[in-house]
Amino acid sequence: MKKVYPDAAAALQGVLFDGMTIAAGGFGLCGIPELLLQAIRAAGTKDLTFASNNAGVDDFGIGILLQTRQVKKMLSSYVGENAEFMRQYLAGELEIEFNPQGTLAERMRAGGAGIPGFYTKTGVGTQVADGKEHKDFDGETYILERGIVADLAIVKAWKADDTGNLIFRKTARNFNPPAAMCGKICVAEVEEIVPRGSLDPDAIHLPGIYVHRLIQGEHEKRIEQRTTRKREDA
Amino acid sequence: MAWDRNQMAERAAQELEDGMYVNLGIGIPTLVANYVGDKEITLQSENGMLGMGAFPYEGEEDPDLINAGKQTITELSRTSYFDSATSFGMIRGGKIAAAILGAMEVAENGDLANWMIPGKLVKGMGGAMDLVAGVGRVIVVMDHTSKHGDSKLLKKCTLPLTGTGVVDRIITNLGVLDVVEGGLKIIETADGVTEDELRAATEATIV
Repeated sequence: MKKVYPDAAAALQGVLFDGMTIAAGGFGLCGIPELLLQAIRAAGTKDLTFASNNAGVDDFGIGILLQTRQVKKMLSSYVGENAEFMRQYLAGELEIEFNPQGTLAERMRAGGAGIPGFYTKTGVGTQVADGKEHKDFDGETYILERGIVADLAIVKAWKADDTGNLIFRKTARNFNPPAAMCGKICVAEVEEIVPRGSLDPDAIHLPGIYVHRLIQGEHEKRIEQRTTRKREDA
Repeated sequence: MAWDRNQMAERAAQELEDGMYVNLGIGIPTLVANYVGDKEITLQSENGMLGMGAFPYEGEEDPDLINAGKQTITELSRTSYFDSATSFGMIRGGKIAAAILGAMEVAENGDLANWMIPGKLVKGMGGAMDLVAGVGRVIVVMDHTSKHGDSKLLKKCTLPLTGTGVVDRIITNLGVLDVVEGGLKIIETADGVTEDELRAATEATIV
């Protein structure tokens, strides 16, 4: 089966529908599937629920889908960098379900691994625990969190072979593997598709079984907080 | 007289021991890394990195290499990278020895509030709830009072909680306090601050 598609629009052909749930990789603007997000904007799919750690900034990442009001709900741990998000949320135009970051990552991993729920002590005694089953194990209280299975996962990797084996680069890995795992269909965008056999099988971060469609493209890779030290300080 | 931001960070660095794996929060906690001296402290960045280095030199910023505050950073010779589920596995699993975090409020029973002001601040908890529930020791570094002079060390938190009974030690501009049975215990006072001054600035029960 051929997994490589010519561009993001082609790779999303037939998988988008209004009201769907999409899991997206990335942390801040690092390792986000920027090309696939642009293609979803162009497709105009509406009432989307996104499971994504962050919501991008106003004009990049998921932020570009907030501008067009394509997002109905976010499952995120932190959305502080997006002014338009704040505005829509405070105006009651956008739903948010805050998930602790590790709980969100594990919900994706679990959903992809066939685990419908798991117990965690994260959030016990906070508003995150409201309405959730509590259970004691060995004298400590835990809450039940559900695995996430998304209609679609969109992820960004550094390199792939044509079978979808993925390698990520540095901290751009972040939520991409768990997001990929939890999608009924996963579309990955990479910087380079290399010939079969040129990736070390021992160094594959995400096996191609999780990746159904694949594109190669040019990435802007915007930096959110450019922090540096001066050479004189060395 | 009291400690400034850097002195608070310097005091917090004394909590760290050679060989520790530690997570530092945003703000004053980030400055703690400047004061670890010869101790080999491995900093975890919860977006998927152990062994966080300094900021890059100008022109060497890498968009694929950021910390949990989304700042560009560098790697060390001992650095490793991993995904977010693995990262929080080590946090939730108690493998990280300590977290040093900022706070809006701490209560005398160790309750912590540092993620949300209802109706005003809608940002999210990030990894804070996972960290305080999972790491070995939670050290809070914060100003002792608000801009209006109100104590941030309270009998009971007024803001939505990040965790219950999770704080072990509080380092403020006025001194160091531990959460113990029945309230907070003064461990030391900052330079030029008397115990009476610290008590007067504290709403929480001091035992």
